[in-house]
Amino acid sequence: MQAIYILWLRQLKRYFRSKSRMIGSLGQPLLFLVALGFGFGPIYQKAGGGNYLDFLAPGIIAMSVIFTSIFMGIEIIWDRKFGFLKETLVAPVSRLTIMFGRTLGGATVATLQGCIVFVLTLLIGFRPAAWGHIFLAFVFVFLIALLFTALGTAIASLLEDMQGFQLIMNFLVMPLFFLSGALFPLQGLPKILRAISYFDPLSYGVDGLQGALLGVSHFSLSFDFMVLAALTILLLSLGAYLFSRIEA
Amino acid sequence: MNIIEVNDLVKKFGDFEAVKHASFSVAQGEIFAFLGPNGAGKTTSIRILTTMLKRTGGEVLVDGKDPAKDADGVRRSCGIVFQDPSLDDELTAWENMEFHGVLFGVPKKIRRERIEQLLNTVELWDRKDDFVKNFSGGMKRRLEIARGILHHPKILFLDEPTLGLDPQTRNHIWGYIKSLNEKEGITVFFTTHYMDEAERMSGRIAIIDHGLIIIQGTARELKEKTGTNSLEEAFLSLTGETIREESVGSTDRMRLSKKWRRH
Repeated sequence: MQAIYILWLRQLKRYFRSKSRMIGSLGQPLLFLVALGFGFGPIYQKAGGGNYLDFLAPGIIAMSVIFTSIFMGIEIIWDRKFGFLKETLVAPVSRLTIMFGRTLGGATVATLQGCIVFVLTLLIGFRPAAWGHIFLAFVFVFLIALLFTALGTAIASLLEDMQGFQLIMNFLVMPLFFLSGALFPLQGLPKILRAISYFDPLSYGVDGLQGALLGVSHFSLSFDFMVLAALTILLLSLGAYLFSRIEA
Repeated sequence: MNIIEVNDLVKKFGDFEAVKHASFSVAQGEIFAFLGPNGAGKTTSIRILTTMLKRTGGEVLVDGKDPAKDADGVRRSCGIVFQDPSLDDELTAWENMEFHGVLFGVPKKIRRERIEQLLNTVELWDRKDDFVKNFSGGMKRRLEIARGILHHPKILFLDEPTLGLDPQTRNHIWGYIKSLNEKEGITVFFTTHYMDEAERMSGRIAIIDHGLIIIQGTARELKEKTGTNSLEEAFLSLTGETIREESVGSTDRMRLSKKWRRH
């Protein structure tokens, strides 16, 4: 328990000490909100979709959570490069504990990041449909965070150095985000695109957040929750397995 | 009693045999120097002894426990100062110590006392709240040594602990290691490329080359056996004069040895 706590604490300390990283990771969602939210707003309104900023807000919260969490998971590569990973691996603590502590820390950071972006959306003019469901939104944010930190950990356990990082951002994280229904509704999409989005785990996270914050969702909230929970368990196990095979 | 017992140790990476049937032992409470040219198998052996690598064959007992079977037991008995840096630069000196203490299950009260005492000993207490990224190489090394013994290991592994340090810092660090060995009875297992250091500090010495232990004994015994006047000469007469590269292909290695033969 203590070991999990100290690993968790380390992730938080590292994150909150790096002010440039925090500001950087808030800039992107803000840009998306302002440029897309206000830019596409009039067209979306004309097409009968309603307020685009309201539609967009949950998706942007999900975006900041997935970016932060994958990054937190992948940070193991840095630890390996700078040697600190060895120090954790020679401790009399099981690999599962180490992986779990780190992942929990990364997920907590990503969740906090999501909360900050939520406040940002409120400042820009977003109003949730039902404040009573905020807790539900929080649950979905945490699930997304846990799922993608575990994914980041799994990937980082396979990578030797940082060269692959850009590849992952461009060919994994970006598609996951753009195909998730964060920027457009899944209803009425071309069949192929919709089929693809059903295979995107983030779709269920975005849908769950939209359901909780807007009161409108493509799938049912319980279905979103079950898919996310199942995938989280799967990826946590996979990440733990791959992490256990790392040789220091 | 031997605290480290290694019999017929083999480690293969694919076809390459990094360690070939090495056997050696270290007595409890001794300072043991493990010498060898680059790529001889020193670090690989240490990594096997400290559970970081799995061996291909042979028997290993560290503090009576097998690293392959009772990894956590061996980890509790060992403190390690790695060859390359292993501190978290984004944390303070104190936080690095605290992290280690918690991971190794040192109870809070004892942990806090020891951290203060150890940081005082390595003269870093007044810098305890500074980030490690602002430390010099010598300060980092001192902190790593302090961290390595925080959980009171029975054996301290030091992989080239004084590499790249000035003579002042080297003296300081060795003085500290010696006092640990004398006062606390900690067994010290170290590698180095400084032969004078090995000669002055160690009780017994083992030299490994091409994955084979070629000789074991005190510095005096090694000099007598080779008929040389210093450990450095003994070392060179045993391992040859060719320069070793740690990770070059076999053709490079041939070219290198040819080039040196021409001289």
